[in-house]
Amino acid sequence: MRLHLAVAAGGFRRYATYGTATAAGVFTNTVFGFIVAYTYIALWDQRPGLGGYDQAQALTFVWVSQSLLAAAALIGGGFQEELQERIRTGDVAVDLYRPADLQMWWLAADLGRAGFQLLGRGVVPLVAGALVFPLALPVDPVRWLLFLVSVLLALVVSFALRYMVGLVAFWLMDGQGINIMATVSSIFFSGMLLPLTVFPGGFGEFVRAMPWAAMLQVPMDVLLGKHAGAGGAAEALAFQAGWALVLLGAGRLLQSAATRKVVVQGG
Amino acid sequence: MAEAGVEAEAVAGAVAGPRFRAGGFAGDGAVAQEARRGRVREGLRGYRLIVGMWIRSTMTYRTSFVLTTVGHAAITLLDFVAIYIMFSHVDALGGFTLPEIALLYGSCSASLGLADMLLGNTDRIGARIRDGSLDTMLVRPVPVLAQVAADRFALRRLGRIGQGLGVMGWAVWTLDVEWTAGKVLLVPVMVLAGAAIFAAVMVTGAAFQFVSGDAAEVQNSFTYGGCTMLQYPPTVFAQDLVRGVTFIVPLAFVNWLPALHVLGRPDPLGLPGWVAFLSPLVAFVVFLPASLAWRAGVRSYRSTGS
Repeated sequence: MRLHLAVAAGGFRRYATYGTATAAGVFTNTVFGFIVAYTYIALWDQRPGLGGYDQAQALTFVWVSQSLLAAAALIGGGFQEELQERIRTGDVAVDLYRPADLQMWWLAADLGRAGFQLLGRGVVPLVAGALVFPLALPVDPVRWLLFLVSVLLALVVSFALRYMVGLVAFWLMDGQGINIMATVSSIFFSGMLLPLTVFPGGFGEFVRAMPWAAMLQVPMDVLLGKHAGAGGAAEALAFQAGWALVLLGAGRLLQSAATRKVVVQGG
Repeated sequence: MAEAGVEAEAVAGAVAGPRFRAGGFAGDGAVAQEARRGRVREGLRGYRLIVGMWIRSTMTYRTSFVLTTVGHAAITLLDFVAIYIMFSHVDALGGFTLPEIALLYGSCSASLGLADMLLGNTDRIGARIRDGSLDTMLVRPVPVLAQVAADRFALRRLGRIGQGLGVMGWAVWTLDVEWTAGKVLLVPVMVLAGAAIFAAVMVTGAAFQFVSGDAAEVQNSFTYGGCTMLQYPPTVFAQDLVRGVTFIVPLAFVNWLPALHVLGRPDPLGLPGWVAFLSPLVAFVVFLPASLAWRAGVRSYRSTGS
């Protein structure tokens, strides 16, 4: 545990050193927030109540999702490229000899990274959005607490998926293709392009049951109070925790299959 | 990646060989002009060779290449799927129908894809400044801009171009437009001039990185962010925002103004009709500050020494 805390702190500090890059990211998230906010206003002007949100809730969706993008690595980024590079060069052999579990090691590092990006890239765009647009942010501290728990679970689900994407490099060597496919899915199925409640019919139900929903749509609905009552909130968090466990388990299986493949060469 | 880097050096060395004395003396005007023309030719030749090298290197992992190209097409097409889903709930967005928005979406996507493929990797210059590998580019007798533009050339970006042209083709097919010679001409001009405007933004962004170090994302707000904005009609956005992307960063000339003319719609700022045909001129004009910024950037460069 102590070790993992230290690794997480390292991940946090590592990203905290990139001051200009963080500022540039904040700028980008804010610009995109403005653009998407205007398109949502046009859409919700035409169809008030679309997807179960009023306009203020839809705008809250836009700005909070801009704040979560970098932390949950929904548009790429994160550690998986680095893991693939270590697999490709063979450095992963060194990692495997460490007396720490590979998956937990990267989880701690990625949570550290996400923690920094939640603060560094999350707060400012949300404040900017709240100053310009009427948002429906809750005042209830319990709701915020539930939201933070939900965000933490979202980060774990996001990690668990990307860990498997990273491991694919054991078989494919070059991870670029699979990385792009993974990004495509997370952009579309997380609710980043359009809230998943707006997706029509059976397709909508399908995407809302997928793990990507746990990465953005669910935390957002917890914040907006869509899961009414204690039971609703518990159900939402259980959905996320369930996916987190399933995906971490699958990652573990993939990891043991991959490490059986490793041939360590000397020199 | 390491091996590919070494290969890049080798290719650049081969480029350097026969033409080592370019721009050596610039006594009178004619000689200077000749030297400049030689430099442009050399830049293009260097660009071609480096691009060829990266294409060969990409083709080593063919599965990955196919996946990334399809992925690039899919990743950008999903924006359009989102718009399509929006239209399952409404008939018009900002007063525009789906095929009209498809014209905006497709043209901007194709323009950005083109600019992105030809010199999209200029944003890697920040990384090169930080790790000091820009130094090796400076000592080669190929213009730095050509080297930076061709750096890690990504043929997979054909995916976005194809996808954009596809959607635009569907729009042109479906739209009920009274085609005149001017309008027919305007469609390809719009895509090419749009690519040139995005290219100028990319060069400016790269120049900015000499000052900022690692702020590649700022450039993304104007290119990718700009394209996200341009795929929706201008009526959706606040007037001040529209004014900003018309007169300050002239992204409106990428597709809004020409496309509104094709669609026979008034532009929201009430500009005269001939403005729709100005995109090539605007593209030319924005390259002046872009190239000045680039030159200033290269001159101000201090190596990290590492």
